Amino acid sequence: MITKRIIPCLDVRNGRVVKGVNFEGLHDVDSPVELAKYYSDNGADELVFYDITASAEDRQLFTDILCQVAEKIFIPLTVGGGINTVDDFDRVLKCGADKVSVNSGAIRNPDLIYEAAKRYGDQCVVLSADVKRVDDEFRVFAKGGRVDTGMEAISWIRRCVDMGAGEIVLNSIDTDGVKKGFDLEMLEAVSNAVSVPVIASGGAGCIEDFVTLFKTLPKVDAGLAASIFHFGEVSIRELKERLAEEGIPMRII
Amino acid sequence: MIAIIDYGVGNLFSLKSSFAAIGEEAVVTSDENVMNRADRILLPGVGAFGDAAAKLRSTGMDRAVIEQASKGKPLLGVCVGMQLLFDMDFEYGEHPGLGLIPGEVRDIGEVIDPSLKKPQIGWNALKFVRRGDGEYSRLFRYIHEGDHMYFVHSYAAAKCDPFVTSTVEYSADLVASVERDNVYGTQFHPEKSGPAGLAILKAFCEL
Repeated sequence: MITKRIIPCLDVRNGRVVKGVNFEGLHDVDSPVELAKYYSDNGADELVFYDITASAEDRQLFTDILCQVAEKIFIPLTVGGGINTVDDFDRVLKCGADKVSVNSGAIRNPDLIYEAAKRYGDQCVVLSADVKRVDDEFRVFAKGGRVDTGMEAISWIRRCVDMGAGEIVLNSIDTDGVKKGFDLEMLEAVSNAVSVPVIASGGAGCIEDFVTLFKTLPKVDAGLAASIFHFGEVSIRELKERLAEEGIPMRII
Repeated sequence: MIAIIDYGVGNLFSLKSSFAAIGEEAVVTSDENVMNRADRILLPGVGAFGDAAAKLRSTGMDRAVIEQASKGKPLLGVCVGMQLLFDMDFEYGEHPGLGLIPGEVRDIGEVIDPSLKKPQIGWNALKFVRRGDGEYSRLFRYIHEGDHMYFVHSYAAAKCDPFVTSTVEYSADLVASVERDNVYGTQFHPEKSGPAGLAILKAFCEL
């Protein structure tokens, strides 16, 4: 049986992890390579890297970092941030990324999803959707959650899946950073609407939030979080053991 | 030395790195001569079947791979590389494969329960299947039944029962690995399956 996945997310700027961490035994806490290895050794099922830098120079640095990570870490890597063209896909895939996540780039040019899926397969294309409630509907936001696109989220996500997106990362802006649990209502709406895997993002504050997520919404495939892992509030091993106790299929190493 | 065949798509970097991690020399190549000199051949990887099959054909590497495999050189196809080993595939139209193993590649929605999520993305536990001689695949000598491997695929092998060496349960059983003499294939990505995946590659290097 396929396991539920636990995915730490790392925001990288200028070749460094943006939110510092505080793990014992980790000397360079801002090093993406060291942090990736730490998570991998401790049972992470996958890693997501977001490149939140803007300049071309920093992009090069990011791809260098990605190569260094991929040289040492033998679990799947998803990369996002600044992906606007099929060439951008090519650039990060050649550095060892397995999946590429698109957000604003797909909003600007939805054909990007079709073109990339045709070239690399549906499984390679992850739609990352930043969604927020506006006027009683779920609305898609662009540019890191700053710009309301006016598009209704469920139909947007459906359209992207039809064009070839093989996986959805649903980030609820409403619950992101609040640490009171995942946005179950939004996740339910999306996972009922599509037949591809859905990754929950935004709102995890403790282990029980993941238990609630997977017990309430068996259709959700994975839980993604950043700060609770980075700050050591939740250890992946502990989290997975607790979920396994609850009968949720987990890969325990 | 292992020749990782470069046909212009996919994640070859991780494969090369994973061989380095187990102390094996691997080269990424699209040169037939390099492949002919190699002890083993690895056919990756990631991408859409149609593209992959077309590129392999346009470089003439399809014929070269078939030739090397028929001489008995160990060949491992990974993910789309495994799918290429079969006769036929149906991703985005119909494309002939290498025909090294009898069978087909089909949309998992057709092979199994159509209500299943597609692609299958994630970690799944291997169930070993005995070969015709009653033994398990030699690729599994360093792993245990139930070890999790990483899968990402919308398509799966079908009509190849005599050659199946492991399956995974995804509401029904999906083919996880196949083998015919010196030709091996894994639907999962050993280079992305942590220590258990590296153990598969190690076993391949000892064939």
